[in-house]
Order: sequence, then structure tokens, then C-alpha cells
Amino acid sequence: MSRVSGLSDASRDPKWVQWILIGTTVGFVTLLLILPLGVIFWEAFRKGLKTFTIALSDRNARSAIGLTLLATAICVPLNMVFGLAAAWATTKYSFPGKSLLISIIDLPFAISPVIAGLMLILLYGIHGWFGGVLQSFGLQVIFAVPGVVLATIFVTVPFVARELIPVMQEQGSEQEWAAISLGASAWQTFTKVTLPNIFFPLLYGVLLCTARAMGEFGAVSVVSSNIRGLTNTVPLQIDALYNDYNAPAAFALASILASLSILTLLAKSWLESRIEHRSKESEENQ
Amino acid sequence: MSVEVQHVSKTFGSYKAIEDVSLKVHSGELVALLGPSGSGKTTLLRMIAGLEVPDPPANQDEGKILFFDQDVATRSVSERQVGFVFQHYALFKHMSVFENIAFGLRVRPRSQRLPKAQIDQRVKELLQLIQLEGFGNRFPLQLSGGQRQRVALARALAIEPKVLLLDEPFGALDAKVRQKLREWLRRLHEQVHTTTILVTHDQEEALEVADRVVVMNHAKIEQIGTPEEVFHNPASEFVIDFLGSVNVFSGRHVEPSSEAKTDGAKIYVRPHELQISKESLGSASISAQIQRIQRAGTSAKVFVHTNKEQNVRVDVPIHEFQFMDLEIHQQVFITPLQSHVFSPDYTI
Repeated sequence: MSRVSGLSDASRDPKWVQWILIGTTVGFVTLLLILPLGVIFWEAFRKGLKTFTIALSDRNARSAIGLTLLATAICVPLNMVFGLAAAWATTKYSFPGKSLLISIIDLPFAISPVIAGLMLILLYGIHGWFGGVLQSFGLQVIFAVPGVVLATIFVTVPFVARELIPVMQEQGSEQEWAAISLGASAWQTFTKVTLPNIFFPLLYGVLLCTARAMGEFGAVSVVSSNIRGLTNTVPLQIDALYNDYNAPAAFALASILASLSILTLLAKSWLESRIEHRSKESEENQ
Repeated sequence: MSVEVQHVSKTFGSYKAIEDVSLKVHSGELVALLGPSGSGKTTLLRMIAGLEVPDPPANQDEGKILFFDQDVATRSVSERQVGFVFQHYALFKHMSVFENIAFGLRVRPRSQRLPKAQIDQRVKELLQLIQLEGFGNRFPLQLSGGQRQRVALARALAIEPKVLLLDEPFGALDAKVRQKLREWLRRLHEQVHTTTILVTHDQEEALEVADRVVVMNHAKIEQIGTPEEVFHNPASEFVIDFLGSVNVFSGRHVEPSSEAKTDGAKIYVRPHELQISKESLGSASISAQIQRIQRAGTSAKVFVHTNKEQNVRVDVPIHEFQFMDLEIHQQVFITPLQSHVFSPDYTI
């Protein structure tokens, strides 16, 4: 096997340089990433499974888990539909202001979640633009479940669209035109041609979106006003428990959230290897 | 199935891609749309396919696209039943070769769909036609460029299109493969006889494959004719210049019958229409010095510099060249045997 030039250069570095670099990296990762995460699980299980089950059987904890799952379940499908629509619109059509639109989709990445929460209060709070009208219909948004869902949606808007736009830009629309010229309907073209082509990036975007939706703290914290058992999501509940000096319960709940994140991370790296595998295949055969 | 385009125009913003173009392609014919990039040939093809909508016509007789005397200008792509082949194949990457070819047959509404066994049979026949039997289970990424384009062609033929439209089908392939596929396409056309329109910027390809060539430039048709006609009787300066190399002389043209003189005329002479000799052959001969000789090929290319400070290329068949004993820096005479003259008030 011939050596890749970049690799052979690196392997020619003196042994001690290699060890220092590897050691520093591993040291940082252990100290700053693995250790804190391990501590969460350690603290959760320290007093045995009992604290764990008690913490989880708490009504407020279960309500928090329920709300987080609800917000995620509403947010992720919406985000998927929006992401597909936005990616389709910006890559298959041309219209004035297109690149500006693509930049605006990224806005939630740039804005601090706290500001996002405040914006929602200005719009939907009792004294906000729409809040009064909605209130007269008996719908309370801020300090209630709809606000939590809205905040989660706001901060996750870019995830799916961001993954799809570059992929669809690169693919162009020739395959779709070919399908249509062969007599396929619009729906057949979408399900048999477009969707299989963007399946992995779409799934990747959905996973990232899920992780963020479950973990969001800032924006949700502003609009929920932390009513336990009602508007607290898992991250808010953890924060509340910790502030009550109920560390074991906080860590038990935290370990659940962390496990979900680790699962997402594993799924993400599996997907990444699939995508890499695919693009390598296509490069080799170009 | 004949295809007719009547007074069709297409503008993109302020850019005129096609300006009042009319064209008739006869049933079973293979026609090439030939022109440089930006001449409007691909736009014309895409309008025939229905991938592009012509400008709204000024009156009833304009802006028509007829398939067998039926106006299809308002019909969608799928209703027109055209087979379209893209320059970059546009194969479905996640489907096998077999599934790609079967696609058009499988997406038909249930009432019009063939039974599975018949679809399989048809795909097998097409695989045979494109000489890729045994490749049915491969995926597009595992094929060479030439193979991919053949699959794209089979996929388009599977739906038994009324018209086959090819957009620079060999444009992304290397020279050797292009040559082979060109010959193959011509043989295929003799077998299936589907009315075919091919877009290309390669004059050799157009002249070799097509029954008739449509030369396009600046959104308009310059000339329509058989390959022979457009090559030997070019209708304009553009056509003679685009179809192969040509030497341009400026001078005075004297009409033999009327003695009428045209000053400032441009005289076009192809390299093979010039004779090279050591002595003058009369008043038409021009004195020149040999600069460079390129012997590879069926004719030797002799580059000379005339006494009027002009660089001229002369092609001499290699078997004649061997007996001529020509050398670099030698003084010779070149004499046009045939020429094409274009001037504002005079055209051949």
C-alpha cells in the first residue's frame, strides 16, 4: 500500500511530539467531557437505584418528561416539513431575495435563546401584539404549554433546512425532470426520486433537531416561568430541583437527558459514516 | 411522428434565447441542432420537451409546437410523451440499472400499467439493445460514462416515446468514447426509427450522425440542410466558419458572368480547397512562405505566410504531399480551387 503524503509527513514527527499531542487531546477530553458526564451518572446512582426510582416517580418529573416529549414531538415533524419546503423552494426555484431568505433561516443560530424568549413574550404576552386577542379566545401562550412549544420551534428552525440545502443544491433538479418526462406524477417523483436522494441528510437534520429540542433551556425558561408540573421541561425541572438542593433527583433526571443525548450522538456518528461511505463510493466512480 | 415549431420565441428577462424560430422535423428523422453555447439550441430542445414554456404568441398562428399536426404547446412534459436524455445522464443513483430502465413503465397508473412479466421482458430487450446484458443489477455509480449514457437512452426508450430528445448526450465523455457512441447511436436509430432531435456543439458529431443539420446562432436558425449541403454550400459566413476551419481573404470579387465587381468582399476558402505549387498558376495565385508543416493525419497541414502578411492553412492529402518535397521557409504559391464569397450585396 502506498503512503498518503499527508500521513507519511505526520508519522515522521518525532515520537515525543506525537505522544504530547495525543496525551493533551485525550487529557482534555477526559477532564472536560467524559469526567463531567460520568459524574452525572455517578451522582444519580450513588445512593442506589432507590433515589433514582423515587425521583422518577415524582409527579413533577414525569410531567416535565411528558412536556419535553410533547414539545419535541410537535417541533420535529414541523421542522422536517419546513426544512423540506425551504430547501425545495430555495434550490429548485429562483426568485428575488433567495439568498437573503437562506441567511434569515440561520437567524436562530445567531440570536441568543434568551432574546428569542423575550421576542415571544413581546408578541404573545398578555400585553403583547397578539397576546390580548388570543387571550380573548381563551388561549394563553406565554407561561403556558404553547409558549414552550413555540420557543422550541424557534430555536430549532434551521436544523433540517441547513442539512438539506447544500445537498439539494449540488444535486440540481435533472433527476426530477427525468422522472417527470418518464410520466411520473409529482408525488411519485418526490417519493421515488427526491426523498431517497436526501434520506440520510434529512435523518441527520432530524436527529440534530431532536437533540436540541430536548435540551433547550434559555428560550423555554423565559416563556415558561417555571411552573412545576405544568410548564417545566426536563432541563428546567433539573435546574429547579438543583436550586432546591435536591441534588440526587436533579442528577437522576439529568442522567436520563444525558442518555438521550448520547444515543443521539451515537446515531449521528453512525449516520456520518454512512454518508461518508456513500460519497466515497461516488467519488471513486466518477 | 413529425415535430413542428412555428414562430416560437423565448426570452429570459431581457435576454433573447430564441427569436421567431420555425422548424419542421419529419417522422423518423434524426435532426441535429448545432451551434455554439448561447445560440439557443438547448432552449429550443427544452421547449419541444415542455421543460421550458415559449413566450406567449402575438397572434394565433405563432408560438405553436406541433406533434404530428397537434398543438402541444400547452401540454405538460408527461403528456407529450417525449424521451429526454440529459448531458449528465440524470440516472437515479439509488436504483439499479434495471430499475432505472423500468421506472417509466412502473410509474404508470395501475389501469395502464403492463403486467410485471411484460415489464421485465421489455427491460431485458432494452438491456440487449444497449449491449449491457448482465448489467441489470449494477448501480449507475458502478458504470463508465458511456455505459451510463446508454442506460439513460434505454430508460427514455422504455416508454416508447413519440419523440426522442437528446441534450448534448456525449458532451461529458472523452473523444474516443464519443466517436464510438456516435456510430452506435446512428445504428440504433436505423433500428428503432424514433423521430430524434439531438443538440450538440460538436460540428463533426452533427455532420456524422444527423439526416439534417440545423445550424443555430444568436437565437436564430442560420441554415437547415443535409450535412452535405451545410458543409459544401454554407448559407452564411457564420455557417462556413463554424463547420470546420476556413481561411478568410479580403479582396475584390468579380462575377464571371456580368463582370460586376464587389470590393471589400470576404472570400472564404477551406484549407483543402487551396492548391500549393512551386510555380504561379495564374492571376489567382498568391506568393507565400512555408512556416510550419504538420504531417500527422490523413492530410498534411501546411501553414504558410502570404506576401500580404496573412497566415493561411493548406491541407494536402498525405499521399500527394509525399511527392511534393516541401520544406520549411520555402517560397511557394497558393491558388484557391473553390471559394465562398460573402458581402452585403453578394452571397453564394
